[in-house]
Amino acid sequence: MARLLLLGPAREIAGVRNDVVEGSTLDAVLSEAVIRYGTKFQEILDVSQVWLNGEPADRDALVASYDEVAVLPPISGG
Amino acid sequence: MSVKAKTTESSPREYVEHDYMMRRMPSTPTSNWVLVTPDPLSLDALTTWATHPNCGAVVTFSGVVRDNSSARENVLALEYETSIELAEKRIHEVIDEARVRWPSVEAVAIHHRIGRVELSDATVIVAVSSPHRDTAFDAAKYCIDTLKVSVPMWKREIWEGGSAWSDDSSPILNARDQ
Repeated sequence: MARLLLLGPAREIAGVRNDVVEGSTLDAVLSEAVIRYGTKFQEILDVSQVWLNGEPADRDALVASYDEVAVLPPISGG
Repeated sequence: MSVKAKTTESSPREYVEHDYMMRRMPSTPTSNWVLVTPDPLSLDALTTWATHPNCGAVVTFSGVVRDNSSARENVLALEYETSIELAEKRIHEVIDEARVRWPSVEAVAIHHRIGRVELSDATVIVAVSSPHRDTAFDAAKYCIDTLKVSVPMWKREIWEGGSAWSDDSSPILNARDQ
């Protein structure tokens, strides 16, 4: 289980900014998120970075309930 | 937020003791001032804050909302979204890398607006001071260029009757690689 943070287009597609999702690895959490939010979320996930607690992380990284998984689509700041 | 008018009796330091500085500047002495905020930005405040006795140059940059983009000609405003915590962390990394590349840089301030920003209003402001101008110019350019490709931030273009995410987007890169 982990806390999910969805930003920009990922937030819009999912319909939520924050959520709690089951899974013991980053990959499992993201798979559960795709089941929850649908194929359009998979499409944005494919072009997004995923950070664990503010840093890029491997998809097999272990996660716990206090961890934050952020889905970050391509950016457009400034 | 308005900046108090400068009076003839005011010293430069008194001039900057307005709301913007008092409410938002770092509470402890530091050479970095990073802020991601829904409130209007003040380039005057950054310029004054970055001015140091040992520095002969203060370079500033202000990015503002323009009425056109690659996708349309009728932009009225931009709306920015982020995680303030993640964005400020990444901006600090940009500044850290700038200091590695230009060690003589003195003060660096970067403020980014979030939420709706109207036409011609500032979305991001940067101020860099250093003893000599070449360093300040180079470091300021690095900061704004790298911010745009490494800080998690998303903008929607808003026009009469609609809005859409900006087409001008890129994958997040690392500040050290720029």
